[in-house]
Amino acid sequence: MADKVTFELVSPERLLLATEADMVVVPGQEGDFGVLSGHQPVISMLRPGAVDIYEGERLVERIFVAGGFAEVSSDRLTVLVEEATAQKDVDQAALPRRIAELRERIEEAGEDDALRQSLEARLAYLELMGESGQPH
Amino acid sequence: MPSLKSLRIRINSVKSTQKITKAMKTVAASKLRRAQEAAQAARPYAERMERMLASLAAGQADNDNAPRLLNGTGRDQVHLLVVATADRGLCGAFNSSIARAARRKAQELLQAGKEVKILCVGRKGRDILRRDLAKHIVDSMEATKGKRLAFSDADGVKAKVMEMFEKGEFDICTIFYNHFRSAISQVVTEQQLIPAAVAGSEPVDLGGAAYEYEPDEEQILDRLLPRNLTVQIYRALLENQASEQGARMTAMDNATRNAGEMIKKLTLVYNRNRQAVITKELIEIISGAEAV
Repeated sequence: MADKVTFELVSPERLLLATEADMVVVPGQEGDFGVLSGHQPVISMLRPGAVDIYEGERLVERIFVAGGFAEVSSDRLTVLVEEATAQKDVDQAALPRRIAELRERIEEAGEDDALRQSLEARLAYLELMGESGQPH
Repeated sequence: MPSLKSLRIRINSVKSTQKITKAMKTVAASKLRRAQEAAQAARPYAERMERMLASLAAGQADNDNAPRLLNGTGRDQVHLLVVATADRGLCGAFNSSIARAARRKAQELLQAGKEVKILCVGRKGRDILRRDLAKHIVDSMEATKGKRLAFSDADGVKAKVMEMFEKGEFDICTIFYNHFRSAISQVVTEQQLIPAAVAGSEPVDLGGAAYEYEPDEEQILDRLLPRNLTVQIYRALLENQASEQGARMTAMDNATRNAGEMIKKLTLVYNRNRQAVITKELIEIISGAEAV
């Protein structure tokens, strides 16, 4: 395999992950895209989804992110997120309850559009973890 | 001359004060370490966001339709001062020096015929500024809601600032906080938040290639700028938190030392008095015996 791409996952509170990988797939606003070494410089918004880290052909880690930004420049990929959960850390047992709670709060939010939107984004994030959180 | 008993009581009370200041110093020292770690951990995100913003802003410099968060409203009539202080006192000149800087700036602006609005973050700043700038304070909130400073605390401040900005209630926003240099030295800093000051960081050299934007520059900027605002506020609050603990540590260290000196002085007076009383009693006994 050719050169590796340096991948950094950063949240406002700390640097979550810094690693090297052969390929990283990030959920861009307009579709997922894979970043390999030598990728063209890109700045992209992210939608809630999964960041997949590949070692060769193998998926080594999957991290769920709740939207953010990705920056690619000369063999380096930086992903800025507000919230991220590694697949192995997802608490499947607690998910349905958290989703139900969130649904209730969306009901309560009613007219408050800004609040409802942020809650709905959160719901999408949680549901995503539920759907694709199962091992393949 | 104070009686022996009252001196003894005095010494004991200073001793217990010393115990308290000593404990506060230890607590502040450990909190300082944690605050410093938090400030350090938050640095990568802020740095990378700044870099991204710099490369985006470079392409927007002469765009008239650029977001107002970046280029401002084109006026500088109404200023919003965000004064970030601590919720608690007993930390030396920490709160008052921030308040002093904010007050000076406010007076300068008022003299220049500008309008000033103040948003207080932290209870102490509000208490100090309320005395003479009460009518300018638009709102105040506490610096931290929970035990530790979280990103959501900064988000709350940002939400308020953005709400006011969108209503067109101010043109320029500046935040005041204490920059943490070391445990004994904190520097009051004012930083402009709106319009965003991005000149500080150089865009990355891409070796001739240009960034591709997805979806497009405007949309990314629209999302990135408010985010950047939160990050800047968060950073200021983190710095402030570390500074507060540093200032408290120094203040309490001084207080402990002063209490020690005071105890020494009082003990000296106490001993001298005790001796004087003994001598007096002896004289009385001897002269009594001689008289017989």
